[in-house]
Amino acid sequence: MEGRIAMEHRPKRWEILRRFPRRRDQLLPVLHALQRANPRNYLSPDDLRAAAEHLRLPLAAVYDAVTFYSMFSLVPRGRHIIRVCRSPTCHLLGATPLIGALERELGIRAGETTPDGLFTLEVVSCLGLCDRAPALMIDEEPFGPLSPGDVGALLARYREVVR
Amino acid sequence: MKAFAERKILLSNVGLIDPERIDDYLERGGYGGLRAALERTPADVVEELKESGLRGRGGAGFPTGIKWEFVLKSRGKTRYVVCNADEGEPGTFKDRVLMEGDPHRLIEGMAICGYAVGARRGFIYVRGEYALSIRRLERAISQARERGFLGRGILGSDFSFDIEVRAGAGAYVCGEETALLESMEGKRGWPRIRPPFPADHGFRGRPTVVNNVETLANVPEIVRRGAAWYRTLGTADSPGTKLYPLSGALTRTGLVEAEMGIPLRTLIFDLGGGPPEGRELKGVLVGGAAGAFLAPDELDIPMDFGSLRRIGAILGSGAVLAFDDTACVVDLLGSVLSFFAHESCGQCTPCRVGTAVLVDLLARVRSGNGDASVLDAMRRVTEVMEVASLCPLGQSVGLPVGTALEKFRGEFESHLKRGPCPRCEAATEVHA
Ligand SMILES: Cc1cc2nc3c(=O)[nH]c(=O)nc-3n(C[C@H](O)[C@H](O)[C@H](O)COP(=O)(O)O)c2cc1C
Ligand code: SF4
Ligand code: FES
Repeated sequence: MEGRIAMEHRPKRWEILRRFPRRRDQLLPVLHALQRANPRNYLSPDDLRAAAEHLRLPLAAVYDAVTFYSMFSLVPRGRHIIRVCRSPTCHLLGATPLIGALERELGIRAGETTPDGLFTLEVVSCLGLCDRAPALMIDEEPFGPLSPGDVGALLARYREVVR
Repeated sequence: MKAFAERKILLSNVGLIDPERIDDYLERGGYGGLRAALERTPADVVEELKESGLRGRGGAGFPTGIKWEFVLKSRGKTRYVVCNADEGEPGTFKDRVLMEGDPHRLIEGMAICGYAVGARRGFIYVRGEYALSIRRLERAISQARERGFLGRGILGSDFSFDIEVRAGAGAYVCGEETALLESMEGKRGWPRIRPPFPADHGFRGRPTVVNNVETLANVPEIVRRGAAWYRTLGTADSPGTKLYPLSGALTRTGLVEAEMGIPLRTLIFDLGGGPPEGRELKGVLVGGAAGAFLAPDELDIPMDFGSLRRIGAILGSGAVLAFDDTACVVDLLGSVLSFFAHESCGQCTPCRVGTAVLVDLLARVRSGNGDASVLDAMRRVTEVMEVASLCPLGQSVGLPVGTALEKFRGEFESHLKRGPCPRCEAATEVHA
């Protein structure tokens, strides 16, 4: 499976990597670019190997960095990443019921991906949207303040685009 | 008595200009500070910054001019300017508003810094989640290049400087300056042991200025209008204006700018509109999650570095998180502790283990499982963390814990006696 995906993506991956100088300080930019290009929104073993090879780093050094940062994923994720904040301001103003509503509406727990591959739900630290708490981001778009009752309509927008 | 109200200097363009048009910035005097700087010697510019008394807005309040002087006088020829735009302190969104609303102000400040300290390259390390900030900055940088404010021979001088945006990838600790440098070098964001400080051993081991977004955004006006003008704002100890992000139980949340020294009461009741109708203010967490809890009888405190320090608090990021009588302090502290447990980088034992132990101890308080010795244990853990943690993340957890226990002790004791309140019960439903 991984082999087949790798074959399909290999040329594209090299096109991406070509833009980056072969220096270690390019590791985060490279990983961001590879993850963005991966249709499953994660860093596959082949992505990591390609990054290591391009930057002439041991694979372990790449893993070491990837596992440190919450925005990188080693498991496939949904098309849309929902990042919901649970830091103090959002917590104070209702992050817990909001997360509960998201879990119910999506039918998954935080950290999981819906079976249709559309959404991954992540609970994260402060997103810098505290004046709109409780807040979340879907991909790169911020939303807030949200009540549990807003969740259905919010997700519907992303569901419709697919059909 | 000085009457305090909003005073917009850093925010003077935000919301009024199109941040994607450099001409809007230029029409309002933009890049005038850079022009003025280039007519003076670098040492002169550093001197102006020192005289202005500008102190770092990233939390620690270190004098900016002195930091620049270290780098200017350093022996290495290759030097860097790094802007810390990793903004992750809970309750804080000031740098985002600046970058989204007036990106050229930051770019101009960085170019002046580069000239003053003899750097040719600058980096803005923006947290990865700030996608709009990243786009706006990249656009602004390319416009500045086209107009000759960045690149080779800036404005006909022999000063060359360019800026690159680097995206973080989700780690609060990378806001700590040495962790940030590690991250920029392509490693996990583990704080370095200091000294050496970035001013002599920074990015790739070279002398590096690391400054916060808001700090650098102050620079153009200081150079354009002079240190004496700047010192007419704020207090002797903390000159200038400050961005205060207001959040929590307030009628009007959002970012306000006012002179340093504005009383907390004015921020909360005049600018923030006070708590929602029918509620009463119960307390404030000032300075972010790593800040101090203040009680309602402390609201007259002037919001500057020195005044807060004197009462055992900190200005930190300037964040003001207000909570009212519907909140539970035990529950709120629980959220603060979960944050630290999640964001501890795990490099040193006191913080890695300490934050986890604190979460467990707090869970015992929440559920009423234990007596006052649980609270003493929390104190002992933070005392160890304060002296033995490697970086300020672990060292600072004692501040919210100590101030919450001191000022809201009754609430902790009543949980221990009577078990969880409804807020605590609701908050433990999520497992994530
Ligand atoms: C855990 C931790 C997180 C920090 N986060 C930030 C941050 O997001 N932005 C920032 O400018 N400074 C942050 N700092 C402070 C930086 O280490 C450093 O003091 C600052 O960038 C220096 O710039 P300044 O002098 O302009 O304030 C953080 C410090 C610690 C210990
Ligand atoms: S104090 Fe905490 S964040 Fe800092 S180095 Fe130690 S484990 Fe990491
Ligand atoms: S606390 Fe939730 S966005 Fe800041």
